[in-house]
Amino acid sequence: MWGVLGVFIFITLFPLWWVLRTALTAPKLVYFNTNTLLPVQPTMVNFLRVTGLLDPKTAMEISGSQFSINFLLAFRNTVLFAGVITLFQVLFSATAAYAFARLDFPLRNFIFSLYISALMVPAVVTLIPNFILMRSLGWVGTMQGMWAPYILMTPFAVFFLRQFFLGINRELEDAAKIDGAGIFSTFWRIILPISQAPMATLAVITFIFYWNEYLWPLVIGGGVVQTRVMTVALGIFRSQNPSQGAPDWSGLMAAAVLAIIPALVLLVSMGRRLLDSIRFTGIK
Amino acid sequence: MQITTEVISPAPPSRFRSKWLKRLFREETIVAWIFIFPSLVGFITFYAVPAVRGLMVSFTDWDMLTPAKYVGLGNYVRMLHDADFWNALKVTSLFVLWNISIQTVLALLLGVIMSRLAKSNLVRSILLLPWLLSNVVVALLWMWLLDPTLGIVNVAIELLGMKSVAFLGLPQTAIPTLAIITIWRYLGYTGLLIFAGMQTIDLTLYEAAEVDGAGEWDMFWRITLPLMRPILTFVMVTSIIGSFQIFDIVAITTKGGPINATKVFNWLIYEQAFQRFNMGYAAALSVVLFLILIVVSFAQMRLFRANVVD
Repeated sequence: MWGVLGVFIFITLFPLWWVLRTALTAPKLVYFNTNTLLPVQPTMVNFLRVTGLLDPKTAMEISGSQFSINFLLAFRNTVLFAGVITLFQVLFSATAAYAFARLDFPLRNFIFSLYISALMVPAVVTLIPNFILMRSLGWVGTMQGMWAPYILMTPFAVFFLRQFFLGINRELEDAAKIDGAGIFSTFWRIILPISQAPMATLAVITFIFYWNEYLWPLVIGGGVVQTRVMTVALGIFRSQNPSQGAPDWSGLMAAAVLAIIPALVLLVSMGRRLLDSIRFTGIK
Repeated sequence: MQITTEVISPAPPSRFRSKWLKRLFREETIVAWIFIFPSLVGFITFYAVPAVRGLMVSFTDWDMLTPAKYVGLGNYVRMLHDADFWNALKVTSLFVLWNISIQTVLALLLGVIMSRLAKSNLVRSILLLPWLLSNVVVALLWMWLLDPTLGIVNVAIELLGMKSVAFLGLPQTAIPTLAIITIWRYLGYTGLLIFAGMQTIDLTLYEAAEVDGAGEWDMFWRITLPLMRPILTFVMVTSIIGSFQIFDIVAITTKGGPINATKVFNWLIYEQAFQRFNMGYAAALSVVLFLILIVVSFAQMRLFRANVVD
């Protein structure tokens, strides 16, 4: 059993190590010593090349490629994209979820079942019309165009939180009502603080999801550097590689390492919460 | 609970009661509408209307530059004769089969291991790492590892005396390779979900079985698996729905090749919409994908009788 676990861990970690090893190898040396475990003559030059910190001529000499990613810009864009969406989506989904869980109003169940049915719709069905809409609004190539379809709600988020809100002890809200609290205060001062765990769970899952999104940011923001997120930037970097002759492996791997670092940071800082979040969704 | 009723509508004289109720109802309704307003705007603008619009666009021929031309069911008829469409159906289904079959077995194995051995959060976090990476990064990583001449996998294969394999470059191996890459990405996450499900099984069942002399394998087959059916169904249904929509990895690695061997549904749609500008046809394809997913999901739910745990 331990052996099997070891195999799983090895299969998980080895590719990541290999990426790092390649990223630290000088571009021309990538073609030799393909089977050494440690990088041959480790160097940071790939990272410099790939983030555009090395002038094009030198980069060309060293590696035969002068392409780079504006890493900081792509990073900023990804943070803006995922962060803003997560913030507002969780907030608005929470208010809606509370209304569905606790408040009574006409058409409540009808509207909720509409939301649920949207869960079944594959992303691609709404993608094309949403793109057309963004185009007619002139929002292609803008941050608001990238935020728009996700910033107000997601059926999953509303469903997820509503299930949780249903399970909150009603007596807490009744006690608040007796004290004269209106619905707003009850929500703000009692429900939200109690719901920190599931809301944080939702926020983390949402953030990771949009951090890794590719198709929508590609279609809306891919054309302009100002709105390129990391996934799209990486994709473009890969396709800039000359098709005849080998791709710029060390450069690609350096770019990959840079993209992996935020995930590592997230894992180290929030590992336990992540694990709990996933188990929570599993049980739900 | 009687106290609550008293406070909310304290016994007023009967001629005022309906007024009280109406007032309460109105306030609650107004607040509720305010609460759901942002989500409703979002839902209508970016889910409901686009869904209908997508359907309508699917009945047209439109390149976004010239006005749309109504063609009725023309796009759907075209689909039936389109070799690309049938190929996409075949290729995507193959991918889903490879992906789900291997992933389910491995994830179950991992779930068992996690519940017995890997108690530490460190190990579980490590196994989760691939899930945190974007599909793009995973694709780049594996492109390098599987490179026919320089990739470490092929170097190892040659060291073992066999010939290197162009995993992503051969039509026969491309889809299974994509499946394995996807499995690598999701195994930790899926294993964790299954592990979570296993935690809900009552331990006394195992104890009783041990007393009766049941072996490990028996216990797994007769206790764990049947009780895991709801969780397994959930994992499999969501995995299948997700697998049908594979896109990112194809976009980075094979772009539909070699020779259409990886021209999966979403790639076909993307190509038609954003490279050929056949918006109408692309919309029709996406509608068909939607229908396929509905059928698949219902078939699965039926097949696994998700609500029944025997």
